[in-house]
Amino acid sequence: MTTMLILKLAVYFALIVAVTKPLGLYMRRVHSGEKTFLDPIMRPIERLIYRLGGVDAAQEHDWKAYTIAMLVFNAAGLFLTYAILRFQHLLPLNPDHLKAVAPDLAWNTAVSFTTNTNWQAYSGESTMSHLSQMVALTFHNFASAATGMALAIALVRGIARNSAKTIGNFWVDLVRSTLWILLPISFVAAIVFMSQGVVQNFRSTRQATTIDGKMQTIAQGPVASQEAIKELGTNGGGFFNANSAHPYENPTPFTNLLQMFLILCIGAGLTYTLGSMTGKQRHGWAVFWAMSILFLIMGVIVIGAEQSGNPIHQRMGIPVAAGNMEGKEVRFGIGDSSLFANATTAASCGAVNSMHESSTPLGGFVPLLNIMFGEIIYGGVGAGLYGVILFVVLSVFIAGLMVGRTPEYLGKRIEAHDVKLAMLAVLILAFCILVGAAVGVTTKMGTSSLANYGPHGLTEITYAFTSATGNNGSAFAGLNANTTFYNVSLGIAMLFGRFLMIIPLMGIAGSLAGKKKIAESAGTFPVDGPIFTFLLVSVIVIVGALTYFPVLSLGPFVEHFLMNAGKLF
Amino acid sequence: MSRKELSLFNPAILRRAVRDSFAKLSPAKMYKNPVMFLVEVGALLTTILLIPGFTKHVDYLFQVQITLWLWATVLFANFAEAVAEGRGKAQAEALRKTKTESVARRLTASGEERVQASLLRKGDRVVVEANEIIPGDGTVIEGIASVNEAAITGESAPVIREAGGDRSAVTGGTTVLSDRIVVEVTSEPGQTFLDRMIRLVEGAERQKTPNEIALDILLSGLTIVFLLATVTLKPFALYSGSDVTVTVLIALLVCLIPTTIGALLSAIGIAGMDRVLKHNILAMSGRAVEAAGDVNVLLLDKTGTITLGNRQATEFIPAPGVTPEELAQAAQLSSLADETPEGRSIVVLAKEQFGLRGRELRELGAHTVVPFTAKTRMSGLDFEGGRTIRKGATDAVDAFVRSIGGQFPDAVRQDVARISSEGGTPLVVTDAKQVMGTIYLKDIVKGGMKERFDRLRMMGIRTVMITGDNPLTAAFIAREAGVDDFLAEATPEDKLALIRKEQSKGNLVAMTGDGTNDAPALAQADVGMAMNTGTQAAKEAGNMVDLDSNPTKLIETVEIGKQLLMTRGALTTFSIANDVAKYFAIIPALFLVTFPELQALNIMRLATPQSAILSAVVFNALIIVALIPLALRGVRYRPLGAGRILRRNLLLYGAGGVIIPFIGIKVLDVLLHVLHLA
Repeated sequence: MTTMLILKLAVYFALIVAVTKPLGLYMRRVHSGEKTFLDPIMRPIERLIYRLGGVDAAQEHDWKAYTIAMLVFNAAGLFLTYAILRFQHLLPLNPDHLKAVAPDLAWNTAVSFTTNTNWQAYSGESTMSHLSQMVALTFHNFASAATGMALAIALVRGIARNSAKTIGNFWVDLVRSTLWILLPISFVAAIVFMSQGVVQNFRSTRQATTIDGKMQTIAQGPVASQEAIKELGTNGGGFFNANSAHPYENPTPFTNLLQMFLILCIGAGLTYTLGSMTGKQRHGWAVFWAMSILFLIMGVIVIGAEQSGNPIHQRMGIPVAAGNMEGKEVRFGIGDSSLFANATTAASCGAVNSMHESSTPLGGFVPLLNIMFGEIIYGGVGAGLYGVILFVVLSVFIAGLMVGRTPEYLGKRIEAHDVKLAMLAVLILAFCILVGAAVGVTTKMGTSSLANYGPHGLTEITYAFTSATGNNGSAFAGLNANTTFYNVSLGIAMLFGRFLMIIPLMGIAGSLAGKKKIAESAGTFPVDGPIFTFLLVSVIVIVGALTYFPVLSLGPFVEHFLMNAGKLF
Repeated sequence: MSRKELSLFNPAILRRAVRDSFAKLSPAKMYKNPVMFLVEVGALLTTILLIPGFTKHVDYLFQVQITLWLWATVLFANFAEAVAEGRGKAQAEALRKTKTESVARRLTASGEERVQASLLRKGDRVVVEANEIIPGDGTVIEGIASVNEAAITGESAPVIREAGGDRSAVTGGTTVLSDRIVVEVTSEPGQTFLDRMIRLVEGAERQKTPNEIALDILLSGLTIVFLLATVTLKPFALYSGSDVTVTVLIALLVCLIPTTIGALLSAIGIAGMDRVLKHNILAMSGRAVEAAGDVNVLLLDKTGTITLGNRQATEFIPAPGVTPEELAQAAQLSSLADETPEGRSIVVLAKEQFGLRGRELRELGAHTVVPFTAKTRMSGLDFEGGRTIRKGATDAVDAFVRSIGGQFPDAVRQDVARISSEGGTPLVVTDAKQVMGTIYLKDIVKGGMKERFDRLRMMGIRTVMITGDNPLTAAFIAREAGVDDFLAEATPEDKLALIRKEQSKGNLVAMTGDGTNDAPALAQADVGMAMNTGTQAAKEAGNMVDLDSNPTKLIETVEIGKQLLMTRGALTTFSIANDVAKYFAIIPALFLVTFPELQALNIMRLATPQSAILSAVVFNALIIVALIPLALRGVRYRPLGAGRILRRNLLLYGAGGVIIPFIGIKVLDVLLHVLHLA
């Protein structure tokens, strides 16, 4: 049985490996302004957008102007979304006459979708009108993903350029990411989803009589179009509360595989883009393999934990051949559920097809740790790449001195200024997660939302702040997050976790772009090959583990040992 | 100053270091090292918590021990720094002694006046005669003298200083042994070379180097991360229904923050400077030593660096009908009176190859020594009876032989052409009108240079030979010495242009120089090492001065720079890797009472929670002491490519850093348990 599951993991991984080069190459062509097969369709649209927006596509910006443009764009999106949610009862496409969204929830949701988190403290079908879903939320599904990709490309340009002032034009990167990459792929994926039974309509909810004669309310809506970008853009915000566990979102094992594929394909592809744009393809692969090693290890742990199931059941004589099926859809079983949980947290997606809360302690620990690593296992669209480059910079600095030279990354010296910015980004994440969770577990407003106590409750709250800070958006569930405290505090965590991490990273992009490239020699620190891959994995694990080991010990570890001792929470 | 090897662990230095480590506890000094400052604050807090009635003491003996070991951690760090400074301080004292207050004879419009040396200003002119101490740094503008510079270089053999040229610089504190010179003072009071040297070796002007600053930021950042992890542990523990004491949290924090590298960081830097000084090189800043490690192009002057100072005879090539021994005989005769190094080398070669001894010219009947002149370009001997032996440049000898009715053989002409094409210098010898053959003179590459250049190449450093020779000769020597590239017929301007070109390609360049016209290039280079025998201008332009004036030492400097950076990287990696074991020691111990199941994480099977925490703290303190020798000596340096060095050091300090504390903590735990300390 376990062998079958490992085989599934292998097939899934093989698909990721296969897509990395072609997609990565294509993304480089798009962002270097080279010719692509979509030019005849997209060029005119692109030009029209620039003309309407008054963008001079030929003009490049330094890192500050680039970052400011990005912030302005995201702030505008944030306020617009907030306004639509607050006034959805007055706006069209609201067949179920849903009320205005409450201020704290509207704030939380607006931040959530702007930051590519898609944390949902509400049930989509009973809270959001079709207009809110389509305009406010689906818009961000594209915009936040395109923002992430633009930032990653700008950072890569910073690394690749030699004594340059500029790192690109944000508007161009944004538009090209959307038109050439996100739109076409999600268009194709949406059609495939529809062919598999995912709904796509504008109807109001339907009443149906079930076999045993009860009435059931079935929500309807434009699901397929949102589904594709939900995964491709590592957004994760489902149309339905049940997210990818809902049969209208994710009906078959095939759609499940396609969804998992969409979640990781851009993140994996960008590693190739990194290698290609910096002229050091082997470095791109080294980063890819570091991510892959972590991906496979985490995958095996989660499958193993779920497959071995609950020892208490075993002692009670309940057959456990099926493993831990609690919180899982029967049509996916342990394999597809575990793989999905691993993939959605490896990237900053956050879509779910099972309840992570109901996993075994170690099965729940994997998604949590994935996010704590910074979602750099392929990672969110763009965010995964710029997140992993942060670790690359730290690895190069820590170990770079050991070869007897000032540490340099692809010819760029890593100096005090760059280390400062990198550490700032690391600190922001640790601060939001640890302080947020600490406040959550010690205050009444924090603990009153808990459905479970003991170590499981600690994990629930920690997971919420980790998911928000990491812009993942998956919920551990079991925690009622739609309270003023959580709406506000998690909103802040999402905002800080996204933009306060981005700003220092863009600072690094600007700083690296301005540096002169140092010639490569036999004395140059190697950023390719197995040794570097091993080093990068170690730094990710050690920095991640060392920061969060105490809270993980008191959460999932204690729970795991207690479960083995026969105690549950 | 006598350069007696002062051991780092000399008892006097150690005694003084122990004293200094307490003096360094002052917060005004500690705050410069954020990591250790935090440890001090922690130690202070646990001390306050020891006051009876302040907290509920669960286990007083345990708390006292933690407190003591925390103070020990701070003291060990201070001790490391103090030991590193020790040798420099001792040397500074020795230098100060030589800086006796001397009286200078300042020249005035009307004559001479006597003033205190410390009152001399830039531009003053002073007279110094035999057995007087030169009162300040300056340039000889009149006269020539032999000077004992042992005070600065430790080398007691006198050197010649003369007006004009590249040997005009004199240093204050050195002694004139003979003759009289007039010196124009070039430094302001308190700014002399000796003053600077004292400040440098003492570390008074020590500033953090760029890499040190960057590393400091990384360590501070990690410290804040761990501060967050420990501070938030209190609420998590409270939620989980168990409490942790502040003392234990501080113990955890101190174990997690990178104290090992934090404690040794400045010692590593000081020791690096000290190692450079041991080679008799004065680096003007730590930054210069660091830059030496980064260098990837070395510009080396041919003469004196790559080759021995002068050309030497290596082969006798006889003309047709002449035996080699006959040629050697004639060559030796022609050179007996020749005191040039080339001439001497011919005599030596004749002795080596044919056992020909030196002979008295009188006995041989030589009546006139014909010296080499630029006009005749020949030298030799005239004997009684009209025998004339000459050696010299081909065309000069050709003309000479023809003038007395001889023939210049074609075979000799071919030998000459071949030697020239190989970059050597041919000298033709003739005994009257009989052309005897050719002496092959060539540049001799110093022993071991080829291997050193190979080693440099392995480290990714390219060597470029700079020479005034023509390209043909230069190419030949470059090939023989194994350098990567050469610059022939080089002028100082060419040198400067070459440095700029290499730098624009992203290379970091090191060079040596001594002349005034080297100054711009020395200033432009990333590492410019001036020779102590050089001019004042050169010494000021460079960022290092080699007191022995041996340009080959540039290579050692590069190695020391690399070793310095490697030591820092290795200990940083080691320090961070250590945390894994410490977590496994402390975290289960903290919560074992509430969750006995966490015993499963206690993979070292430490005896009790107290012994676990205490062993981690003790290990953390002792590892600093254990690593002091490594920090001061530097990690073992091998000339390998970066990939292999990385693999080796990652294994040694990364994997080692994970494993060693597991063993160390376990051993300490057993010990503490046996001694009933916890």
